[in-house]
Amino acid sequence: MKKRGAIVLTQAQFALTAASVAVAVMPHLPHVPWLFSIPITLMLLGRYLQRLRTRARLPIWIKLPLILAFPALIVVHYGNIFGREPGSVLACAMLTLKLLETETRRDAHMAIAFSAFVLMSALLFDSGLLFTLALLAALGLLLAALRELEPRPADAKAQTVRAAAFEGLRASGFALFAAVPLALCVFFFFPRLGSPMWGAPTDSSAHTGLSDRMAPGSVQELLIDDSPAFRVAFHGPAPPRQNLYWRGPVLSYFDGTTWSRPEYRPSRAGAGDLRTSGGTISYQITLEPSDQRWLLALDMPMTTPENSVRGIDMTLVRQTPVDTLTQYEATSATRYTLDADLEERARGRMLELPKDVNPRARELAVGWRQRFGDDDRVIRAALGLFHEKFFYTLNAPELAPRDTVDDFLFETQRGFCEHYASAFTFLMRAAGIPARVVTGYQGGYYNDVGDYWVVRQSDAHAWSEVWLSGRGWVRMDPTAAVSPQRVDLGAHAAAGASAPWYQADWLLGMRNQFDLVNRMWNNVIVQFNALRQQSLLTPFGVDNADFGKLMGVLVACSTGLLALFAWWVLRSPRRNADALDAAYERLRTKLAKAGVASADSDGPLTLAARVRQRQPSDTSLAQVFGDYVRLRYARAVPADHEIKHFAQAVASLRLITVSRAK
Amino acid sequence: MAVSDAIATRWSRALVFAERRLPALTRLRKKEALPIRLDRRRIYVVPSRFGLLFSLILIVMLLGALNYNNNPAILLTCLLGAASYQSIFQSFRTINGVQLVAIQAPPCHAGGAMPLFLHFHMDTKWRRSLRLRVGDDETVFDLRPGDSGKITIEIPATRRGWQSPGRIKLYSEYPFGLFHVWSWLNPDFSALVYPRLDENAPALPLDSTQAHAQPVRGRGDELAMLREYRPSDPVRSIAWKASARHDALLVKEFEQFRGREILLSFAALRGLDYEARIARLARWVCMAESAQVRYALELPQRRMESGLGAEHRHACLRELALMPGAVA
Repeated sequence: MKKRGAIVLTQAQFALTAASVAVAVMPHLPHVPWLFSIPITLMLLGRYLQRLRTRARLPIWIKLPLILAFPALIVVHYGNIFGREPGSVLACAMLTLKLLETETRRDAHMAIAFSAFVLMSALLFDSGLLFTLALLAALGLLLAALRELEPRPADAKAQTVRAAAFEGLRASGFALFAAVPLALCVFFFFPRLGSPMWGAPTDSSAHTGLSDRMAPGSVQELLIDDSPAFRVAFHGPAPPRQNLYWRGPVLSYFDGTTWSRPEYRPSRAGAGDLRTSGGTISYQITLEPSDQRWLLALDMPMTTPENSVRGIDMTLVRQTPVDTLTQYEATSATRYTLDADLEERARGRMLELPKDVNPRARELAVGWRQRFGDDDRVIRAALGLFHEKFFYTLNAPELAPRDTVDDFLFETQRGFCEHYASAFTFLMRAAGIPARVVTGYQGGYYNDVGDYWVVRQSDAHAWSEVWLSGRGWVRMDPTAAVSPQRVDLGAHAAAGASAPWYQADWLLGMRNQFDLVNRMWNNVIVQFNALRQQSLLTPFGVDNADFGKLMGVLVACSTGLLALFAWWVLRSPRRNADALDAAYERLRTKLAKAGVASADSDGPLTLAARVRQRQPSDTSLAQVFGDYVRLRYARAVPADHEIKHFAQAVASLRLITVSRAK
Repeated sequence: MAVSDAIATRWSRALVFAERRLPALTRLRKKEALPIRLDRRRIYVVPSRFGLLFSLILIVMLLGALNYNNNPAILLTCLLGAASYQSIFQSFRTINGVQLVAIQAPPCHAGGAMPLFLHFHMDTKWRRSLRLRVGDDETVFDLRPGDSGKITIEIPATRRGWQSPGRIKLYSEYPFGLFHVWSWLNPDFSALVYPRLDENAPALPLDSTQAHAQPVRGRGDELAMLREYRPSDPVRSIAWKASARHDALLVKEFEQFRGREILLSFAALRGLDYEARIARLARWVCMAESAQVRYALELPQRRMESGLGAEHRHACLRELALMPGAVA
């Protein structure tokens, strides 16, 4: 008998609670700076060891400074306490501090519930298949801890921590397993948001899209960001995927490490000299907010959307940053001649390179020029170099701070689009060919249900344009020379096959298998969004599933599932647990078949008398009834072998139906 | 805490009122004969306080995951939500089919605790973390196949006479503490509560006996025991030597009391109020029994002839327990 509330945790209860907290904090450690991850780990370990000895909370004079210190440190470190990263660090720290004062059942409940939240937030940093599966499994530990917190009888044997954990994990594993259908039903039919409810859902650095500068590594964050950059609906047939080059800012100034876009004066901002020679394509673009002024367009935009100008480099620049969803119509030329004549000053600018940087690359380009003379052959030599020796990978090694192009060309030789575009443009300029870097997006994902293309941040790309006399600016994509898949399949697919050790044959087979699973995971789960959800019911004849329809399906499905569970719970109880009574029931059933019915209220003696009346000659039945009465009532617990004997006697009875006997 | 206590008191008072005035609404169950089997018609489920908090956290998780449009996070939230929601069925199954077969209650005295032995039917299901709640006291038990199914709880014995345990709340929050599943047991059962024992009762009224001391065979003045002094004890019975070794005065009780016969009379106890007399008599009955003195009991309505032994004791205490209440 005890009062509720202040029940102090047993060792097993505390251990499981601490394990839940640890399991929730652990997935965050890779992205938490050392400044925070070390104290958090130490606090977790220290608390666990301390609790093994004494059951005491942390005194307030230690706790309070810690509670104040963490947010302060986070503000100092991140300059902010909101947002994904500082927020998650704060959550981890607070959860750990909660464990320091967890002594009662109520504390433990709070800590575990908060652990669930922290566990979920880890998925905002990594949504890979294995990582997600690991975290889903971690839910089992949380539930096991909750189960352990349920009180036990006072006289129950104390369990070891390991036994408690094992038993709890098994039970909660079943619970999770049984929850899968309902979870999937809710997952697919719970209406998704088309756009975030509150602003800036991710950190500003991750969602800005393209910028007007390109230093090594600056696009890298974009390439792992799967959020949509814009969506395109073509008025007419769409060009093949590999020709979808979405033009963004053109970078023509190089300072040795960074390519940037010079600020054009308004007077110069007039159009370049564009002549089309072939069909034009018109389409509508819906641009996600990027906080930048660029408007994306396919190849060469021929029209200028409202409130924007087209620069001399054919970049569409808006007057104000794109801070809301922006829609515009555009028409583009895919076969064109741009700037057939390049005036001398412009040509000079497109050949400009800072002195004294990248001497080896410069030497190589000059060598080509001397050897081949012809522009075309120089270009081919450069592309050939990339094709032979270079690997495409998103995990590019860091480059030397000064001669980045040299370091890339001669040392690391691994990288992604921006490395190739940068190095290629440098080589061209060094060889005397006017060249510039174009950034933008390449490719897109076609949604055949909605008949539109979605282009994601991860489709960000950088390529080059070289000016050839008579042909004007010509697009050159050095990345395609290294990894044609980049253009065919997208950055991720291309990066998968990059690292050399992956290419061992036995691994490659496995990787391909697993890649299929990964792609399915990405397609079915990770990429699932409001648009796909709308087309979810198409096979059932509902074309555009809106909120109401989705909710209807959700309610119907989950009600069905819950009804199934309710049936399982309420179904008639199992057969009689008592072997003796079960055998007696069989005897009654046999008698009923033979024409001697009995009510539940009839005792065995009454029934025996009735049987005797009908079949006075049958002594074996009287014997069986006598056995039952003796076993059931003569002593508290009949012996097992006697019950067995009785059951056999019942089973071997051959009853003559009364009516036939008459 | 004071505020929450006050609220709890108000709430329980409101419940009592509601159950009295709106029995249909509150499903107040009348006393019912054993065995009581709990089934879905009488099992109630609400989210526990922690369950509400947990669902709040789930909602926050879902909003966060939706806002970031992070599908794995949504999936995790859905799985946790589904698992926790479905625990309602497990909670229900914990209580569903529990069967209270029998109750035993050994007699006890008012003012003490009445032990109740509850016998539950055992089936093949292991029911964990069941809780019985009487007032503020709570007993946790498991019904585990192979165990006896006998649970002991204690309820306060408030006054003498027949007392029924009243409504007992049987509830559970197994497996995850998210749902509170409960039902009421209100068995038609009452146990006898003997009268309160007078704490300060003087020694047995040996002097006022109609003492025809019966001859004691053999061992007349043997010292039987020492006990603490009570104000009415004769001075000569004080064991001075023994008392000197202790802090308290000790009194010798002699074997010679055995075989005597005393009369415990209600009418003789003037100066005490009605219930106090009953308490005094109850005490004396117990004292006489432990001193092995034959005693008779004279009550206003009836008289118990002198006797000794458990049965006689029970009969006397029962008469005392069932005496009508004081006339106001």
